[in-house]
Amino acid sequence: MAYTKRLDGRKFDELRPMVAKAGNIPNADGSGYFKVGKTEAYAAVYGPRELHPRFLQNPKTGIIRCHYNMMPFSGTGTRIRPGTKRRSQEISMVMELSLSPVVDLSQFPNSVVDVFVEFPSTDAGSRCAAISAACIALADAGIRMKDMVTSVAMGQVDGAICADLTYNEEAYDAIVSDIPVAMINGSKEITLLQMDGEITKADLIKSLEAAKDACGKVHKLQQDALEARFPGAGTDKKVDAKEVSQ
Amino acid sequence: MIVNNKAIPSLAKKDMRLDGRGMLEYRGPISVETGITVTAEGSSRVQIGDTIVIAGVKMSLEKPYPDTPEEGGIMINAELTPMSSSQYESGPPRMKAIEISRVVDRTIREAKAIDFKKLCVKKNELAWFVSVDVVSINDAGNVFDAASLAVLAALNNASLRDFDPETFAVDYKSTTKKKLPLTKAPIAVTVYKVGGKFLVDPTTEEENSYEARLTVGSDAKQIISALQKGGSEPITIDDVSAMVDIALEKASFLRKAYQKK
Repeated sequence: MAYTKRLDGRKFDELRPMVAKAGNIPNADGSGYFKVGKTEAYAAVYGPRELHPRFLQNPKTGIIRCHYNMMPFSGTGTRIRPGTKRRSQEISMVMELSLSPVVDLSQFPNSVVDVFVEFPSTDAGSRCAAISAACIALADAGIRMKDMVTSVAMGQVDGAICADLTYNEEAYDAIVSDIPVAMINGSKEITLLQMDGEITKADLIKSLEAAKDACGKVHKLQQDALEARFPGAGTDKKVDAKEVSQ
Repeated sequence: MIVNNKAIPSLAKKDMRLDGRGMLEYRGPISVETGITVTAEGSSRVQIGDTIVIAGVKMSLEKPYPDTPEEGGIMINAELTPMSSSQYESGPPRMKAIEISRVVDRTIREAKAIDFKKLCVKKNELAWFVSVDVVSINDAGNVFDAASLAVLAALNNASLRDFDPETFAVDYKSTTKKKLPLTKAPIAVTVYKVGGKFLVDPTTEEENSYEARLTVGSDAKQIISALQKGGSEPITIDDVSAMVDIALEKASFLRKAYQKK
């Protein structure tokens, strides 16, 4: 194992400094902010509201629609031209899939909850920051959810399993894998899993086990942000599931 | 959204506003932060009341235009994101965003606020081209003034990158102490005519209840560099005179917030 010390001096399981906020965009029905290192995501939720075009409507339930967008100056390198790209469309789609399992919109048939995520600056892990921010925004909007979704980019750099890779680590001159993971906090079930690079099955499973701990750290921040927004609401008092459903 | 478009003009006739502000009073807090993103060559975050915008500068080395072989250039673009208000939809910029882009662009460009000759690297071959993007985070009214202030602050914050003297490839990870040659501080202020009276810094509701508006771009020496009349009602020459006076005064007020940085 040649990668014995991380490029920015972090421990292998250590995430970059993080900041989470809730309710930072007054116009939105719910909003969240998540910053990890130099990757910074603003998320806004609008809805449930009527879904257009109407052929997308589902008469059984409301749906989540995500919109991932990097600001034109948010990448290292030249300006990113505004507009839809295949990359942002795919990320929007996997964001929807990663958030939908915890969200209950059955009371809002034919409606949509729009989630917009914008980045003033990025340094890897942007889809993970987007999911972590979006989940804060959904909770802030009072959308009915069974749990929080948390997300971290795991990875393996030259044999070492690392949490929260930076761009420089992704570009490290060795065998590298980049594994964005999102988990439902309580059950640790996986709702986002992508990978690019090269990795063995054994190391993949090890990375996913390590993701549990990393996601837990993200969840702590999400919880703190929501508690700061709704003081007293985050008490650990066990609530009877039947009570909630009534 | 509920728009009290009858109450707003009738209150304005009595020099009153729904939120209790004076006609020529800006919302607080007004804040200008700079250097807020590491990926941009220059950046700013401006807040006026609940309205929040972020601006970022990107620069690239390109071939100058044939008619200005010794000059770089600038492009200003405004994005009114669906994140910032339920009024906006995804997709290509609509009229409001286009108008903001173009008027802020003229305010900076026509004031000759940037010395484009200093952006030339090699005559006829290579010069710096500056792109400024301003993105709305929360539109609670008056994105126009906020965008203008943010663009100016981001330009003032911008530094050039290093480049390879042979291949002219820009090293976007480098930082230099060379600032963008910004010589003036032009700011666009929009004055609204509502119920026959003038007001500044409208809320979203007020933006939907006006008769006419005039955007005035001006620098610290009170030289006007851009004008744009909007709204469905005509205005008189006396109106223009009064509106320009207000705009000049408010531009110097906003410039103080910018210079505090």
